[in-house]
Amino acid sequence: MVPWVEQHRPSSIAQVAHQRHVVATLSSAVESGNLPHLLFYGPPGTGKTSTILALAKDLYGPELYKSRVLELNASDERGIDVVRNKIKHFASLAVSSSKSSSYPCPPFKLVILDEADCMTTDAQSALRRTMETCTRVTRFCIICNYVSRIISPIASRCAKFRFQPVSTEVMLERLNMIADKEGFQLPSDVTDALVNISGGDLRRAITMMQNTYILHGNSMKGQDIIENAATIPDSVILDLVNSCKYNSFEKIQSKVNDIIADGYPANQIHDWVMSKEAFGISAKSKSIICKALGTTDMRLTDGSDVTLSLLHLVSVIMQALQTS
Amino acid sequence: MLWVDKYRPVQLDKLTYNDGLTQQLKRISAKENVQNMCHLLFYGPPGAGKKTRIMALLREIYGPGVEKLKVEIKNFKFKSSSVDITFITSNYHVEINPSDVGPYRDRDVAQEVIKEIAQSHAPSNSAAVQFKIVLLNEVDKMSRDGQAALRRTMEKYTSACRFVLVCNNASKVIEPLRSRCICLRVPAPRDKEVEEILCNVYRKEVKKELPVEAATKISNMSNRNLRKALLMLESTYVKFGVVDESSQPQLADWEVYVGMIAHNILEDQSPKKLLEIRGQFYELLASCIPPELILQKLALELLRKLDDSVKVDILQNAAFFEHRLQLGSKPIFHLEAFAAKAMVIYKKWSIEFMEMCDEMDD
Repeated sequence: MVPWVEQHRPSSIAQVAHQRHVVATLSSAVESGNLPHLLFYGPPGTGKTSTILALAKDLYGPELYKSRVLELNASDERGIDVVRNKIKHFASLAVSSSKSSSYPCPPFKLVILDEADCMTTDAQSALRRTMETCTRVTRFCIICNYVSRIISPIASRCAKFRFQPVSTEVMLERLNMIADKEGFQLPSDVTDALVNISGGDLRRAITMMQNTYILHGNSMKGQDIIENAATIPDSVILDLVNSCKYNSFEKIQSKVNDIIADGYPANQIHDWVMSKEAFGISAKSKSIICKALGTTDMRLTDGSDVTLSLLHLVSVIMQALQTS
Repeated sequence: MLWVDKYRPVQLDKLTYNDGLTQQLKRISAKENVQNMCHLLFYGPPGAGKKTRIMALLREIYGPGVEKLKVEIKNFKFKSSSVDITFITSNYHVEINPSDVGPYRDRDVAQEVIKEIAQSHAPSNSAAVQFKIVLLNEVDKMSRDGQAALRRTMEKYTSACRFVLVCNNASKVIEPLRSRCICLRVPAPRDKEVEEILCNVYRKEVKKELPVEAATKISNMSNRNLRKALLMLESTYVKFGVVDESSQPQLADWEVYVGMIAHNILEDQSPKKLLEIRGQFYELLASCIPPELILQKLALELLRKLDDSVKVDILQNAAFFEHRLQLGSKPIFHLEAFAAKAMVIYKKWSIEFMEMCDEMDD
């Protein structure tokens, strides 16, 4: 099985979806054969890795690709030793003069550091000097989700590109294109669910589409997408919030127990305040609820027990709803 | 052999509840689809039957050979340390628990060990299916770095292996991993379904009917945890020789003990009592009961006994100290702090209550 995400990755930079600004700058770089160090950042599934891979293919073509590009990501060991030995070694080697005619093949190599926000600061500091001394023969492309985790000496050496979440129209177009190529029809409720849940993450949308297609074949429905994406249906949350209105502790306790026993991921309950503001509650209660949400979210992230945190959150919501 | 293991269904057809899920698993393992199988993430509360379903799925894919398990302990040396990792393997799959090695080393495990498994270990040639399965337990307990290290490995080696991840809480699995898997929710059985299963097991084992009242009592106490329910049924049976309407199901010892602590807190609020409670906490910790479980049970026990008006307060503190307990390193501090706080809350409430009564008398 080949994941559709891999299969339908853009093979040239012109095919990259949505990131018009980035594409324009980079294609002119391809034409002139000159490239600065690059720093790509942005939320997951917006095409950072796809863009740099497509760019590398455009620059070197399939033959030279292997010898000119070094790709490292978080599943490779990338401590300070690797930076000092492997990367430095690769970066300082001179470029072979072989050229294939149909590609620009500029006289430098490319080191791609994917998921660089997982690198330690020490490892990043070790990169600094390497980046400068090897500029003649090597360009670095650093890819991360959070630019704040990249130490500033590195960031200041690179041209920064921000990748934006993929817009609804572009996403619809891509999904339909892939469905066309794979030979099935996408019902509109499925695309709606995909766009909704993925929140601009194209990879997630495509993987969810493929997974649901494997499970349900041609008869997939929007409901299936929600079920297989580890999200909690709106109806469950509405039910929980409604049970708060009865002001009975037993009721919310049994509701919370049920939600946990049904295995719903707890911290998605947090979304409801953001998404369902129309409960007609006062600003003060809202702020109380928001505060509790923040605390609970932090606790859950730190690994707290779900039952207690969730019960606490719901009991605060119950109190807040009463006073409003 | 315990009843739980003895009556564990081994085939997809024999699974009793969550029929929708069973259908999906059948579709995944059907001959024409199995080559297209992608990574799976099973999530659900303990005792819901995640592992049972996975083993049944593996059997459906590879046949009964998958049940011949070998347990190996291998030692791995990383840069800074060496760890022992337990492998449970058959010819077709490998099962490990990457979070066992602790939060700072699970990244090494993901980078070295799991990657190595994914690269090598081809299934025997006769297998109809050309990939093996790597089963990772308790993924939600892995650190973020550890999980992040899995990302690319999962993509790169899809041709030779598929990952099956198991966890309780899907929200602790990082988004990039979730988006690479089909997420399958395994809800715990409903009370009715637990009762049915209890009756079936009892009929097969004892050759007698289990009274409905007894089944209901046990399923209520088990809180929709099937494993717990079956263990309770068995221990009750072992103790009394028969299970009928009158027999009181056996709670685990530690649960009874926590109930006593809750009782102590409400009985008297004094430093002397607190000292006594400290001893009780130590006793529980010494018998290897996880501290977060003690605190949770204690809070729920107190909630059951207290007035509605103080419940929110108790909960707030329980959640607070539980969080502290997770971050800290010495559980006894936090357990005791919670006990003291609960005493304060209760004392305050009872004084107010008395005053209110006095005013009413006046």
